[in-house]
Amino acid sequence: MSDPQPEPDVAELGVPVVEVERLEVNFKGRVGFFAGLLGRKGSDAKAVDGVSITLHEGEVLALAGESGCGKTTTARAIMGLLIPDAGTIRYRGEPLARSRRGLRGYRRQVQMVFQDPTAALNPRQTIYEIVAEGLRIHGVPGGPDAKTEDELVARALSRAGLRPPERFYLLYPHELSGGQRQRVVIAGALVVDPSVIVADEPVSNLDASVRGEILALLMKLREEFRISILIVTHDLGLAWTVADRVAVMYLGRVVEVGPAEEVLQRPKHPYTKALLNVVPEAGGTERPILQGEPPDPTRIPKGCRFHPRCPVVASGRAERIGILNRCVGEDLALEELAPGHDVACYLTGLGEEP
Amino acid sequence: MSVLSVRDLGIEYQTTGGGVPAVRGVDLEVDRGEVLGLAGESGCGKSTIAGAILRLLPVKTRITGRIELDGNDILELTPGKLRAVRWTAGSIVFQGAMHAMNPVQRIGEQIMEPILVHGQSGEREARIRAGTLLEQVGLPTRRLDDYPHELSGGQKQRIMIAMALACSPSLIVADEPTTALDVMVQAQVLQLLRTLQHDLGLALLFITHDLSVLVEVADRLAIMYAGKIVEQGGAEAVFHSPAHPYTKALAAAFPAIGDMRFRGRPSGLGGDPPDPQQIPSGCPFHPRCAEVTPACSSVTPELWTAGPARLAACVHVSGAPALEGVSR
Repeated sequence: MSDPQPEPDVAELGVPVVEVERLEVNFKGRVGFFAGLLGRKGSDAKAVDGVSITLHEGEVLALAGESGCGKTTTARAIMGLLIPDAGTIRYRGEPLARSRRGLRGYRRQVQMVFQDPTAALNPRQTIYEIVAEGLRIHGVPGGPDAKTEDELVARALSRAGLRPPERFYLLYPHELSGGQRQRVVIAGALVVDPSVIVADEPVSNLDASVRGEILALLMKLREEFRISILIVTHDLGLAWTVADRVAVMYLGRVVEVGPAEEVLQRPKHPYTKALLNVVPEAGGTERPILQGEPPDPTRIPKGCRFHPRCPVVASGRAERIGILNRCVGEDLALEELAPGHDVACYLTGLGEEP
Repeated sequence: MSVLSVRDLGIEYQTTGGGVPAVRGVDLEVDRGEVLGLAGESGCGKSTIAGAILRLLPVKTRITGRIELDGNDILELTPGKLRAVRWTAGSIVFQGAMHAMNPVQRIGEQIMEPILVHGQSGEREARIRAGTLLEQVGLPTRRLDDYPHELSGGQKQRIMIAMALACSPSLIVADEPTTALDVMVQAQVLQLLRTLQHDLGLALLFITHDLSVLVEVADRLAIMYAGKIVEQGGAEAVFHSPAHPYTKALAAAFPAIGDMRFRGRPSGLGGDPPDPQQIPSGCPFHPRCAEVTPACSSVTPELWTAGPARLAACVHVSGAPALEGVSR
């Protein structure tokens, strides 16, 4: 193990590891059999509609938003689990291969940790078999300081905090607690020595008391092995605890991205502010809560896609300051507000606070 | 007068592997117009208590102690009387709204069912009542003719709340009512529960593992560990200045955004909750406790005074008897 790295300075980002540019993923709309005979077509869902994000070396980036905002779809596209309709994903400058064989080398570098560890583990495999699977797919690395499969599995388990590793070899997933199961999932990712971990809601299925331990483990991996981590989460409190940078998604787009301290303490997009309002806190009864259901990606509103729920529009303030026409009619892209802090809102152009 | 009073409740599940004590001597009190939050990890016995209050547990389960709901001695009721008490004295909102509804019955009929079963009114009035209930939970009356699959998760949970209110009970037990919901929808449902509880003067027993949610809705908190209450007191006081080390660990799992102490430092509790069949001696929390003393494995703490209107089962609190080697 190498020495712990100093915590990366947010202002000085490492080299880009994963770059996503104008990513688009559509899901085909479906209609019933008879409607199909009548020639009706389902409307496509634009799950991801032009997302650009960059994950730098040794950084923790949180991708936040409501259900259905496209955050998980973005993560799955980054993993090569689905083929994007447009846009590029590059790993260390190289565009992602589309072939299975080409993706194999990439997947060794970029590993995924899923939300529900119970569903992610094969109940009929022992912990050893589960963790060793990655090595059987990718092969045990050779070289002068080559290790055996057994040694690598033991190392991955102990790095994931399951010590002594031998004690877990012959156990089955049902014999472990939820937190231990998630550690096994993480060990399965670590065994192939990845440089990126994509974690989709890694703690939301766990008890509050064990969440901290799993997050602490991810932080440790970042510090000790400089693994870059993309965390998909709906929980901004979690983002505050672990993330260097936060990207907030709404209806298939990133609407605000920047250093966690900035985005979470001084949000510039009304949607980020609304999300922060629902983080439970004592005596928080007075804060306005966005009404209505999460939006529908098959019917994306014109103009700023947040305008039908936007408090700035609803309160009449947008009209007073003369941006209403643009809010409801003109689509807009992210714009740089300060170095490294981008926002997609007409308010920022006027220097107004949400 | 308290709507719900639980005294020395003990619950033991009967399994082929022997008895499993899930609840071991719990006292609770919920007054009219009050929200009591019950929190703890999975397996601490909090949902078992919810089940016992309306006698929803497996028949063979051994229940000792006393549960009084709206003046009824729940544990002594005959099946017929029990049926009369369910829905009218106390009702329950479950976690998985999507699984608690009949998928082939319209929403309106499902809300009307308890009203009709309890003979509170005829079909016509019951339908009017169902419409009123829908409006109370923030849904338009026309939704009465919808099927559950036509509703979103948040809307279903609103329907569950409407059903729980149908027979105007004195107590509602809400068991993880917002856990499966999205953040924004969760906030909406919490706001609704709070408004209804306040307007109708309901007693609410709110059960969840999410302490930060409880602080928003509850007046008082009771924290459970291994089948016992380990701390209770005013909600804000318990969350912001916890006395029991277990509560401290639970509260630390919910960072305050903007508080630099949490930045880059996720804190958690090591280890796992104890097996109910092998509860550690002394304080059941001592193997995981950050403030453990040599006395902790032998002294079984009781709920001692830990400040104004606060009780905690820990040797470190001010009301605990003096013990050798324990500092406060």
